[in-house]
Amino acid sequence: MSPEKGLGSVSSYLTRRILYAFPILIGVNFITFVLFFVVNSPDDMARVHLGNRYVTEDAISNWKSERGYDKPLFIALNSTGKKIFTETIFFDKTVRLFTFDFGQSDSGRDISYDISERMWPSLFISLPVLCLGLLFTLSLALLIAFFRGTYIDSSAVILCVSMMSISGLFYIIGGQYLLSKLLQIVPISGFDDGIASIKFLLLPILIGVIGGLGHGTRWYRTIFLEEIHRDYVRTARAKGLSEKGVLYQHVLRNALIPIVTGVVALLPSLFLGSLITEAFFGIPGLGSYTIDAIQSQDFAIVRAMVFLGSVLYILGLILTDVAYTLVDPRIRL
Amino acid sequence: MELVILKTDALFFILIASLLAYIFYASKKEHLARPWRSVLKKPMAASALTILAFYLTVAILDSIHFHPEIEGTSSDTPVYSSQVVSLLDEVLKPINKNTETTYSAPFAIYSYSKESQESDTGQIIRDYPRLRHAGSHLSNISEVRSDLIMRSLSALGYWIFAMAILCLILISLRVVKLKLIVADWLNLSTFFRPSPAQAAVITFAAVCLSVSLVATVGPYYHILGTDKVGNDVLFQGIKGIRTGLLIGTLTTLIMLPFAIVLGVAAGYFRGWVDDAIQYLYTTLSSIPGVLLIAAAALMLEVFMTNNAGDFESVTARADLRFLCLCLILGVTAWTGLCRYLRAETLKLKESNYIEASRAFGVLSWSTISQHVLPNLMHIVMISIVLDFSGLVLAEAALTYIDIGVDPSMESWGNMINGARLELAREPVVWWSLFTAFLFMFVLVLAANVFGDSVRDAFDPRIRELD
Amino acid sequence: MIMRSLRSLLAACLALLCACSDSGWNNPYPSSDDSENIFYGSFSERPKHLDPVSSYSENEAVFTGQIYEPVLQYHFFDRPYRLEPLTSETVPEPIYYDQDGSYLGSDPLAEDVHEVVYRIKIKPGILFQPHPCFALDEKGNYLHHKLSEQEIESKTKLSDFSSTGTRELIAADYVYQIKRLMHPKLHSPIAGFMTKYIKDLGQFGNRLREASIESSRTLDLRAHEFLGAKIVDKYTYEIRLSKKYPQFKYWLAMSFFAPVPWEADAFFNQPGMKEHNLSLDWYPVGTGPYMLTENNPNRRMVLEKNPNYRGELFPGADESDSESLMPYIDRAHYSLEKESIPGWTKFLQGYYDASGVVSDSFDQTIQFNTRGEASLTEEMKSKGINLVTAVRSSISYMGFNMVDPVVGGTSEQSLLLRRAISIAIDYEELISIFANGRGTAAQGPIPPGIFGYVEGENGINPYVYKWAGNQAKRQKLEVAKDLLFRAGYENGVNINTGEPLTLYFDTVSSGPGSKVMLNWYRKQFSKLGIDLVVRATDYNRFQEKVRKGTVQIFSWGWNADYPDPENFFFLLYGPNAKIVSQGENAVNYQNKEFDDLFVRMRSMANGSERQEVINRMLEIVRRDAPWVWGFHPTSYTLSHSWYGNAVPNLMARNTLKYKTIEVSSRSQKRNEWNRPIIWPLLAFTSLIIFALIPAWCVYVARERARLGE
Repeated sequence: MSPEKGLGSVSSYLTRRILYAFPILIGVNFITFVLFFVVNSPDDMARVHLGNRYVTEDAISNWKSERGYDKPLFIALNSTGKKIFTETIFFDKTVRLFTFDFGQSDSGRDISYDISERMWPSLFISLPVLCLGLLFTLSLALLIAFFRGTYIDSSAVILCVSMMSISGLFYIIGGQYLLSKLLQIVPISGFDDGIASIKFLLLPILIGVIGGLGHGTRWYRTIFLEEIHRDYVRTARAKGLSEKGVLYQHVLRNALIPIVTGVVALLPSLFLGSLITEAFFGIPGLGSYTIDAIQSQDFAIVRAMVFLGSVLYILGLILTDVAYTLVDPRIRL
Repeated sequence: MELVILKTDALFFILIASLLAYIFYASKKEHLARPWRSVLKKPMAASALTILAFYLTVAILDSIHFHPEIEGTSSDTPVYSSQVVSLLDEVLKPINKNTETTYSAPFAIYSYSKESQESDTGQIIRDYPRLRHAGSHLSNISEVRSDLIMRSLSALGYWIFAMAILCLILISLRVVKLKLIVADWLNLSTFFRPSPAQAAVITFAAVCLSVSLVATVGPYYHILGTDKVGNDVLFQGIKGIRTGLLIGTLTTLIMLPFAIVLGVAAGYFRGWVDDAIQYLYTTLSSIPGVLLIAAAALMLEVFMTNNAGDFESVTARADLRFLCLCLILGVTAWTGLCRYLRAETLKLKESNYIEASRAFGVLSWSTISQHVLPNLMHIVMISIVLDFSGLVLAEAALTYIDIGVDPSMESWGNMINGARLELAREPVVWWSLFTAFLFMFVLVLAANVFGDSVRDAFDPRIRELD
Repeated sequence: MIMRSLRSLLAACLALLCACSDSGWNNPYPSSDDSENIFYGSFSERPKHLDPVSSYSENEAVFTGQIYEPVLQYHFFDRPYRLEPLTSETVPEPIYYDQDGSYLGSDPLAEDVHEVVYRIKIKPGILFQPHPCFALDEKGNYLHHKLSEQEIESKTKLSDFSSTGTRELIAADYVYQIKRLMHPKLHSPIAGFMTKYIKDLGQFGNRLREASIESSRTLDLRAHEFLGAKIVDKYTYEIRLSKKYPQFKYWLAMSFFAPVPWEADAFFNQPGMKEHNLSLDWYPVGTGPYMLTENNPNRRMVLEKNPNYRGELFPGADESDSESLMPYIDRAHYSLEKESIPGWTKFLQGYYDASGVVSDSFDQTIQFNTRGEASLTEEMKSKGINLVTAVRSSISYMGFNMVDPVVGGTSEQSLLLRRAISIAIDYEELISIFANGRGTAAQGPIPPGIFGYVEGENGINPYVYKWAGNQAKRQKLEVAKDLLFRAGYENGVNINTGEPLTLYFDTVSSGPGSKVMLNWYRKQFSKLGIDLVVRATDYNRFQEKVRKGTVQIFSWGWNADYPDPENFFFLLYGPNAKIVSQGENAVNYQNKEFDDLFVRMRSMANGSERQEVINRMLEIVRRDAPWVWGFHPTSYTLSHSWYGNAVPNLMARNTLKYKTIEVSSRSQKRNEWNRPIIWPLLAFTSLIIFALIPAWCVYVARERARLGE
């Protein structure tokens, strides 16, 4: 396979996948619409946003017409021709999403601006958690793989399973209590711009890394063991390569394929941040944005976040496939 | 007593019946029995299974619900309360009925917060009052320690007695031989490497000991303290078992048929069926799960508001909400399994014996049921066991963002959620969090250990490694 | 952004090390701010509206109160609450006219009144805060009123506009804001309510709506006149009411009646502004002592001293003393704090200047002396923390839906049932468990501190309480059981049908604390043998149920808009019923006698005659028991020693200007309280290193053995 041909097939594959993404995104949007409008009539939404004292019917219908919620939901029965489908809330809002025009939230804020602002705090946490997490879990897993079959191995596995069995909430609650309240080393919650943000991020990052340690280490250990038992490793060892050399040069390198592809699939979702960590630490990222939107029933934001989440998920799938071909040329798209 | 069968109860019993049916079926088929035997060959797995069995027993007891009779009415026919209680509530009544006013620490006989009270001289003082029930048989705080020791010793006595009786019964039924036991247990070289049977026996004995301790000390003290309105925390922890166990199992039960039918259909029939099913699961799995669950939780609220008359008790309301939570967790969880099953069916379809049977014109349905399904069972098995612990943990996280189980239902998630505020108290109230942690940790750990062995036993790829 | 943050990450460790030398590691603020005269507060929810036309919640008033100046304010120290002029010369007195337009005297009968006029004269020389909407070029044209789309494209914050200006406050600004109440796009929460009182307001609203439909251009309110509010001269304007409404003066102290310059609307209504988050809802423009300079409700909001502020004299201070000109604090930082725990911890560490008392830390904070008075614990006292308490002008009650077939209606059976429940629900216990005693059980709808509230034996609700010794004692449970029996239920079982009685309680479930609370309610009802089904739901759904009248029993509360009994009794006034007029009578209570008395009471001036009417009204509602009267919460506020003038004033919203901060004392205490404890971390790290040493040894040994082979 010549390189040009390879590239050509990659690009045609990409076009195919991107075209395929459209019906999926329409489906996603359809489901969110059904779920949210079955629950919440536009009247309800209007009432939430107008407050709870002295609200009149007039104010509600005004609010709806301003935001385009006065049209029919999916099918406009009193229109004709194409308009049956185009004069609806669904058509109106969906078409805009595909141009990444998220419009204004129901409380009147520009959603795209908010997302572009809030995505950074999310990234500041999730990216270091991913990198440091990988560093620690991979080194621990290598270490355990080195001691395979000994007491160190089995007790480490038990420790990993125990760490996996603890709910993430415990790590957060315990970490805040210990490091912020008792030892007074970091601020308990909050956020700031630029350099100053580091002291707020230390604790959530630390907790994120520790919380993922058990699962990650065990998973990578399994991958390493799988490689260690392969023939080429035995051959290499028989050639007199040191154990360290075997682990680094052969095992780690070959185990990278599943590791890299797994990590690549995670990348897009890093933008979305973590709902619970952000809420606990008061970090103004996209995770807490989503929770706030759910709690205040801001449909426009929820719709935008669902759409963004799906786009990133599909992006993750495509990236995984591409990464597979890049690390392992034997696989064709 | 008037029996009530809640929706989740019914499903839970169906689940247990199918579990029993599976055990019976598997014991007849050698290819299924063999991996299961290898699961049980590991001492850790045997011990985990014993603990899971104990949790299961508690959950079953807690799933038999009824309306208790109201006493003290003048009518001749018995009148039943509209409240719903379970058999477990009755069993644990000695622990549960001793409610205090507010927080009290484990084994405390004084309240944890001060209260205005009238002293003997008629002055209003603010001090820690004695608890209404815990330690009310004692006259002085100094007696607590000796009283506790005495009660623990008697618990130990009961336990030894019960264990001895059990041994005698087993020996007389010739299930085990006395000589063998003694020889095994006295052999120091195997002491730290117990056989699976020994591990199970040790675990069982430990469980029995804790039950005996709870039974003798529990009615007189709050072993794990009380919560803000004075309810026993240990009782809440035990009640949380049913919620935790059910959320892990019912979710699977609900999603399993969809995953299997759609996964196999997609892999077997290919073509437009495959496209449609792939479209369905890609779409569903690309929606962030939390948002899906939040939307469903809101939808249920509306449904219950509109049909408020159908839910005459708190329990029925909470039960429906719980069921819906399982349902929606199932919707978000089935896509992964479906994808695996599709891929595996594709592989199987290309194997010789299926091609052969198709060539002979055997109907698709019988090919699927005879050749495809049995060969997929290990994947289903592994995914059930591995998903279980994740679901138990998910409950706590969802409750935190207010879309989990009903606040009136006893669950570990609700306990953890409440404990956030308690940790900020000075002096700190740690026992609710600790109890939830303890019960949850033991269950998830047992499930993880057991799940690992199941995977090792059923997944041929991994088995080669060891 | 990424590059910048990467670089900042590298620099961060160094910065962290430098920063710790002079302030605590856990300091959530830049250490350079330590010596600044800044107040630190928090908010738990993003304020939805800062436009005075739609802002109503307390969390919004924290900001709008400091920025906008209505004509009146509540006196900071005086109790009972008293209005005093803020921007006006005097507190305006209503002038009453009858049908023929002749003057009626100071306190006429409500029936005779045909028109009420409030003539308000404001002080000259008051300036607005600097704002780009006032900016003029050399020729005197507005710089930023006709911006092109490209010019707006680059702006996302107010500070992106190059120049600012100011203007003197005139009467027209107040009239302009009253017109804004009816603007078809602004949805003021009080618009519907005010049309009942302000002359021509309703029709004015209709005229505006028609005008806005006819023309596609944005509405210029200055071109539309109406009878209810008129400019008399540059500094004087008049408001005309169609009915006698003595409580109207209290509305004049709320931000709904604050001045808004037309320039602000002209500026923010330009196309493209709203899309860039530039709106009056986001960037208020006022004459008050502070102005909002940073508005990032995801993190923090900052108020800064308004440089154009005229300076107001501290109440009672000497005019010659320039030191006593308010405001004192230069800036106020409000940080987002969603969870109560971090907020409380930061307060104890000195990073917030004031805080409420978290229920769960109550025993740590407050102790009661032998007379039952609250004071701080030794631990708090040693930190120099101060406590101020005040009974809030609000009530938290449990309502019976009066149109419900079981608990509602006027039948003897339902009446007795309601009274039995009123006795059985032990609000004293609720106050003690959930509010740590911070509250008073209510004897009727009127909270202490509001006219009409009666202290002592004469003020108790005889249907629920008995006067014993020198305090009100809740009647015994047996009395409730007996009432229940007379209502036709024996131990909670219907005597006729043999069915157990099940009641339904609707409530908003919020947060982790709600579960125990709901259990508590169930316990109270089970004392009577009644099974209570709790239907917890979200606030939306709950409101909808109340609106439709499908609830049975529910809990709700009311916070006074102004210190007058009318603001509480109108919650039970028949024509205000939810299912009749979407009013605020959530229990749909109807009683002809009560309604007649209410109409009389509403327009009376405070005095013994009014008290007489109020007593009769209280007797009626206590007998009918449409509410279980619940309790009036007491607010406990803690503040640090460096925080001055922390006087509770539950009516005034513009209190920030009175406050002071001793900066040096604060930074000294903060350093003292926040010494990081590092040894456990070091110990833990060395433990891990020690644990790795054996592993290393094994590794080396193995390698050696292999090489040796």
